[in-house]
Amino acid sequence: MSAGQNGSDHGNHHNWLLRVRNLTKIYGEPGERTLELTGPEYNSNICPETDSIVACAGVSFDLYPGEVLGIVGESGSGKSTVVKLLYFDMEKTAGSAWLRPYNDGRANMLEASGQQKRYIRNHLMGTVYQNPRDGLNFSFSSGGNIAEKLIMAGSLHVGSIRERASFLLEKTEVPVRRMDDTPASFSGGMQQRVQIAKAIANNPPLLFLDEVTTGLDVSVQAKVLDLIRELQQELGIAMIVVSHDLSVIRMLTDRTLVMKHGRVVESGLTDQILQDPQHAYTQLLVSSLL
Amino acid sequence: MNIVEVNQLSKTFELHILHDKMITALHDIEFAIAEGEIIGLTGKSGSGKSSLMKCLYRTYLATGGEILYYSRGAGGAGAARNGGVVDLVKASDHEIIALRRSEIRYCSQFLSVIPRVSAIDVVAEPLTRTEKNRDLARSRAKDLLEVLGLPTALWDAFPVTFSGGEQQRINVARAIIAKPRLLLIDEPTASLDTRTKDVVIGLIRDLKQEGTSVLCISHDEYTLERLADRRLHLHSGRITHAITESI
Repeated sequence: MSAGQNGSDHGNHHNWLLRVRNLTKIYGEPGERTLELTGPEYNSNICPETDSIVACAGVSFDLYPGEVLGIVGESGSGKSTVVKLLYFDMEKTAGSAWLRPYNDGRANMLEASGQQKRYIRNHLMGTVYQNPRDGLNFSFSSGGNIAEKLIMAGSLHVGSIRERASFLLEKTEVPVRRMDDTPASFSGGMQQRVQIAKAIANNPPLLFLDEVTTGLDVSVQAKVLDLIRELQQELGIAMIVVSHDLSVIRMLTDRTLVMKHGRVVESGLTDQILQDPQHAYTQLLVSSLL
Repeated sequence: MNIVEVNQLSKTFELHILHDKMITALHDIEFAIAEGEIIGLTGKSGSGKSSLMKCLYRTYLATGGEILYYSRGAGGAGAARNGGVVDLVKASDHEIIALRRSEIRYCSQFLSVIPRVSAIDVVAEPLTRTEKNRDLARSRAKDLLEVLGLPTALWDAFPVTFSGGEQQRINVARAIIAKPRLLLIDEPTASLDTRTKDVVIGLIRDLKQEGTSVLCISHDEYTLERLADRRLHLHSGRITHAITESI
């Protein structure tokens, strides 16, 4: 069966928060047949004619307000590339993305000017990286990191910034008395929770979480997952959760995209993907679950 | 009035990792569920009971046929377009998510626990999605756990360490708290003593009084006698006979 057979294109719903079509990122100079000669059927994302690398291609989906979408796949499948393109950490090769609160969803945000992109990043999105060093400034205090995000989103009043920072640290179970310490002196789990506090500081409608529990030990992992679930339920933030870990996907997400060699091979409700996978690769992935 | 009509439903699994082996779990299934009706689904292990239930919940993608669900209004644009009728086989993922949040509830045989979430919050969660009032949801959860006889000492504990029967009661409470219109429930009384069985049976019958339709898998004659308005019996993926209980 083909991928996306239960796709969301049942008529034109107009209540999506984020709409992504044909998102593509290729490293190197692609040839005319690069997309034809790569992908899961070829078991490779390297073009045999040009050696260009297809990090992701033709990725399309709709995300609804408050919905949690999972992207699962092995290392190098392109799952992180998708969120990096949407958070403007990388330049797309092709594709479009519309975000409802940006120009009422009428302008392709990937084509926006640098200034507009900064506005979107600072006001409408948050991201949590696998490595806290990518999301936090280790020369600032933990409170300073949150303040940085708030200032970029337009807050200028020092008192209210400090108040909001301590509220967020409390919410993410980071001891507020350690607000003035730098993240370098924190444990890995605590660093991750400061990163989450920073990412949600501006109350974004959309949050990206890229392998946020990878490398944490089980009890710390459970605490971070619990925090994410609680924030999702309380604040109704829509999320895209990237993980190679199917238990994380099962616990957090409503729907899932399965990626391999840069392409989406299957998409569906998360319980359906896990219990009735259609694509050979997903069947292999699910049957490898411990 | 029917809430569900199943027509010529079939399900075949294609196992690509076993040389594309085909396994057919359901053949040509036809039945309807009326509003406020409780149907007992019986049959030996492997006869297709859970597969049928999972097709209705869309955890399994049916291979053929249709499952018409007469929605009360949820189900988004698709349902609205078709006068409230949604084919659960073909509906979009978003339509299914909307129905699961508001009208259709599935209760599996085993509780899938969520780490670090207390028994009360596990039970209250479905209600907090529709009722924004968290305290109200928690107090309703407490009422249910009390009726089900779960020791109060366990209410704030994490269910992962609970016994089978305790987990089952939490699972049932979680399934009924938001009063779904359609309840799909798998072996709700399997690991319970008779007194607790009676409580679960009573709670499901209360839901029926409020108009909920129920499809209930059970091997337990005691439960089926007291609960089911009629039974569907599955054998090798086909419905072999339907019995109407006189209650």
